[in-house]
Amino acid sequence: MVDFTPVPALCGGLLIGAGASLLLLGIGRIAGVCGIVGSLLDAPRSPDAGWRTAFIVGLAFSGLVGFALAPASVTNVANSPPALVGAGLLVGYGARLANGCTSGHAVCGIGRGSTRSIVATCTFMLTAGVTVFLVRHVVGR
Amino acid sequence: MSMNIEVRLVGLGSGLLLGAGLMLAGMTRPEKVLAFLDVAGEWDPSLAFAMAGAIGVFAIAAFAARARLRPLWAEAFQWPEAALVDAPLVLGSALFGIGWGIVGYCPGPAIVSVGAGSIPAAWFTVAMGVGMVAYRLSRR
Repeated sequence: MVDFTPVPALCGGLLIGAGASLLLLGIGRIAGVCGIVGSLLDAPRSPDAGWRTAFIVGLAFSGLVGFALAPASVTNVANSPPALVGAGLLVGYGARLANGCTSGHAVCGIGRGSTRSIVATCTFMLTAGVTVFLVRHVVGR
Repeated sequence: MSMNIEVRLVGLGSGLLLGAGLMLAGMTRPEKVLAFLDVAGEWDPSLAFAMAGAIGVFAIAAFAARARLRPLWAEAFQWPEAALVDAPLVLGSALFGIGWGIVGYCPGPAIVSVGAGSIPAAWFTVAMGVGMVAYRLSRR
């Protein structure tokens, strides 16, 4: 059975857009999670470290409260730690090399009409799709 | 300096809204993310609705921002300056997508899931930080 949930997904998307819009109109910054985390790791003493830390605390705190209210909204993957670590390394390195991830390129970048972000989003959707296809339908069959 | 607290509150509020949206959309359920990416299997297109909603709202905000001289609590808008589609953009995005496709986590939902106490998300997030630092060291 396909778990098709367009209404919560759309509402969630509107909230994601609202969060990114608040950061842009409030302090003029792009809400790219990897850019914010990466910049904080690169320059922990920057004047921007305060709001970057607050942003990450906000993300984690929403997880804490959201999980308490609706435990089914956060699930764990079955992957082994080596797979999780390998995937994390690829995501962290790749997002910094590409200067953006899902939030930075697919939401903010496309939302402001950036050609780079459209190319980035098409590229990572394609390689993610191919990876899932290989894992599920070629290796995993 | 009086703006400092406002700037941090905006950061906190943005993170809270983004995290709530990711959870409601289903992005903190890796199996749902993988079902969205699994076009050849039992494809679940739900997350396309999340993307469309997020992009739509942000497009309005970006349009409004361009009509303003400055944001509410900072001196200037800091728009990304790069305009060229280059090899690092494509290579980095390709690597990012492979990692995303292996487990179904991208950076935002991983951090939200860590907040919810997920141990697998913690493994992923620590490795993601190491990957980010590795990129910086490789640039030296």
